[in-house]
Amino acid sequence: MAGSVTSELAVRQSSGAAAAQPGRALALAAGFRADRKRQRMISVMLIGPLVAFIVFAFVLPLGTMLFYAVNNPEVRNALPQTLEVLKTWDGSGPPPPEAFDALVADIKSDVPPNVLAEAGRRLNYEITGFRSLLAKTVRNVRNAEITVAQQHLLAIDEQWNDPAYWRVIQRNGSALTAFYLLSAVDLRPGDEGGAKLAPREERLFLSTLMRTLVISAVVTLICVLLAYPIANAVVSVGGRFSAIMLACVLLPFWTSLLVRTSAWIVILQKEGIVNRVLQALGLTDAPLELVFNRTGLYIAMVHILLPFMVLPLISVMKGISPTFVRASSSLGAGPLTTFLRVYLPLTLPGVGAGCLLTFIIAAGYYVTPTLVGGASDQMLSYFVAFYANTTINWGMSAALGVLLLSCILALYIIIGRIVGIDRIVGME
Amino acid sequence: MPYRKLFSGLMLLACLGVTSAALADSGSLTVVGAGGVLQDAERKAFFEPFAKSSGVSVTEDSYSGQMAKVRAMVASGSVSWDVMQVEQNTLLSGCAEGLFEELDWTRIGNQEDFIPEAYSECGVGAFVWSMVPSYDKSRLADGPKNWADFWNTQKWPGKRGFRQTAKMTLEIALLADGVPAREVYDVLSTKAGQDRAFAKLDQIKSDIIWWTSGAESLERLASGDVAATATFNGRVSAANATGKNFALLWDGQVYGIDYWGIVKGSANRENAEKFIAFASSDTAQSAFPQYITYGVTNKKAISNVKPELAKDLPTTEENLKNAVGLNTEFWADNGEALEARFATWRAQ
Repeated sequence: MAGSVTSELAVRQSSGAAAAQPGRALALAAGFRADRKRQRMISVMLIGPLVAFIVFAFVLPLGTMLFYAVNNPEVRNALPQTLEVLKTWDGSGPPPPEAFDALVADIKSDVPPNVLAEAGRRLNYEITGFRSLLAKTVRNVRNAEITVAQQHLLAIDEQWNDPAYWRVIQRNGSALTAFYLLSAVDLRPGDEGGAKLAPREERLFLSTLMRTLVISAVVTLICVLLAYPIANAVVSVGGRFSAIMLACVLLPFWTSLLVRTSAWIVILQKEGIVNRVLQALGLTDAPLELVFNRTGLYIAMVHILLPFMVLPLISVMKGISPTFVRASSSLGAGPLTTFLRVYLPLTLPGVGAGCLLTFIIAAGYYVTPTLVGGASDQMLSYFVAFYANTTINWGMSAALGVLLLSCILALYIIIGRIVGIDRIVGME
Repeated sequence: MPYRKLFSGLMLLACLGVTSAALADSGSLTVVGAGGVLQDAERKAFFEPFAKSSGVSVTEDSYSGQMAKVRAMVASGSVSWDVMQVEQNTLLSGCAEGLFEELDWTRIGNQEDFIPEAYSECGVGAFVWSMVPSYDKSRLADGPKNWADFWNTQKWPGKRGFRQTAKMTLEIALLADGVPAREVYDVLSTKAGQDRAFAKLDQIKSDIIWWTSGAESLERLASGDVAATATFNGRVSAANATGKNFALLWDGQVYGIDYWGIVKGSANRENAEKFIAFASSDTAQSAFPQYITYGVTNKKAISNVKPELAKDLPTTEENLKNAVGLNTEFWADNGEALEARFATWRAQ
């Protein structure tokens, strides 16, 4: 920018008009440059907080999550000598005696005990029972006089003769692992490299992901069908009444999520209000199963997510001039044609924005499905929390987060292609 | 390693905002319990008397057994919790991972004064709790007597409540299938035994409602949503003390121990040790069962408990006849795999 200004000045100087006062032109240019610089500084400072917010609220957490999903430091920190020896082992048949020596040396080295414990935990993800095998071996070897390592280890447990254990150690010599990401889509690393499908009773995440997407889609659909007339009513009534209606829509917004969810349990349970009323009216003989199943989950989630659908619709509908509808009618279109050909297309950006917002929030729902859903209604977020909090397996937790995020992003791009991102975001 | 520290620190910063490092104050202590009636009892038996006798100002917090926060605290070096009540398997894995301080038992008490299970490298057994079958006597005059009856939905129609974990639920399934208490873990250690437990659960799968917090289990029993439930014995007695009429059955109880542990890098370590020593003393522990019916770990305190309270404690000999002690080594090895299988099975 500044470069082009000076070059222009140079051209002008040679033209003679400014050549009479070259000093003034230079001063002007310098002033101009300083001005530009100041303006740029101000604009950078203005967007600074936004950039910082995006970095701290999105880029860093997401980056950390991606990192945790592939990070694999445990075995490298704990068993460096063993890994060095295993580098030359082809993975078939029993491991060389040097591997046993190296393992004993690693255990006897001065690594803190928790490093070995973490390695045991990490190896246990791949072979159940590896944790206690290593822990038992560590306890025994730490204070033992060892002459022949191989004999000693095999005396502790015959399992050390099984090449499968050594293969898992060998495989985890790399700094990054695909293990968590593979597991997130129900795959296991194969012995010969590559991946194989997990055994049937351990296939968990793909079906959970599908369920998450189906539940989110159904909730979004119900929300659209309910929110469209509500938003239309709020906009077309006008005056004080519309403000009251809007307040009713927003009221759930000001109540804690946990309170709303628990309230639904109370309302829908076996001896709750709904069942009592239905039975008193003689509509049902026995109490209906309304909660701790998919029905209850849909009811609670739609109620909680409805405002997210209503608000974008209202904002779009407010901007549609009533004259359009009147013009359409005066040109001879019936109400249905008017709605389908004039009103609906105009509100589509609102529908798109509402759907996207609702779907994305629904897909990450955790508290409500946990409390109101049944056993077969748990969504992916349940497992993210389970691995992060209960088993402290952050790699798995991060990998599931990556899986959910990639699905949402893919969906966003597809919807963006169909509807147009600009229209959804309302930039058009 | 330094990278990991950095990342954990940044993650904490990004997710939680800037946490203020708890300033070490010579006279304070933050104790973390599991909330609810249990923490109310701990407050009366341990926290308040300790604060009174030592002059330390005790702050309370609660958590639901989740260690992510503790891990983040330790990794970032801003530890705001000092003493925690933790389940045994959490204590063992946390100890191996360096989330808890190794205890200097000389400052706590004599090891031989406690039941053997109470000793741990990083913790002292605080109390003994138990998972038992229960039903509402005001709804069922003559309810199930044990886990085998619990499975009989012909005789006692209605839903069954279980804690939403494989841990304890699989043991219970094997007990219901006729496995003697002593052999439960031998059977469960084999693939065939695991299949057997899941097959047993399959029989009543459509009638099970899963709960995640102890309070929830009894709410559903009271509301009639479940006809019988597996629940914590202490909650049953606490509810009965407020006028409920729940059955307390000891046949096939599965008991576990919770511990006091000190978070690694606690700024109030000395006060934390003082507190644990206090909470492990026979005087404090003798008072505990008055407030909630959980067993205690100090042998003197066990013998001091009044007989009318003792009949409701998991540690009473009469109640231990057909009991299974939770095998934490087993769950440390198989927990993740079995919980995943359990989750898959539940969703099918």
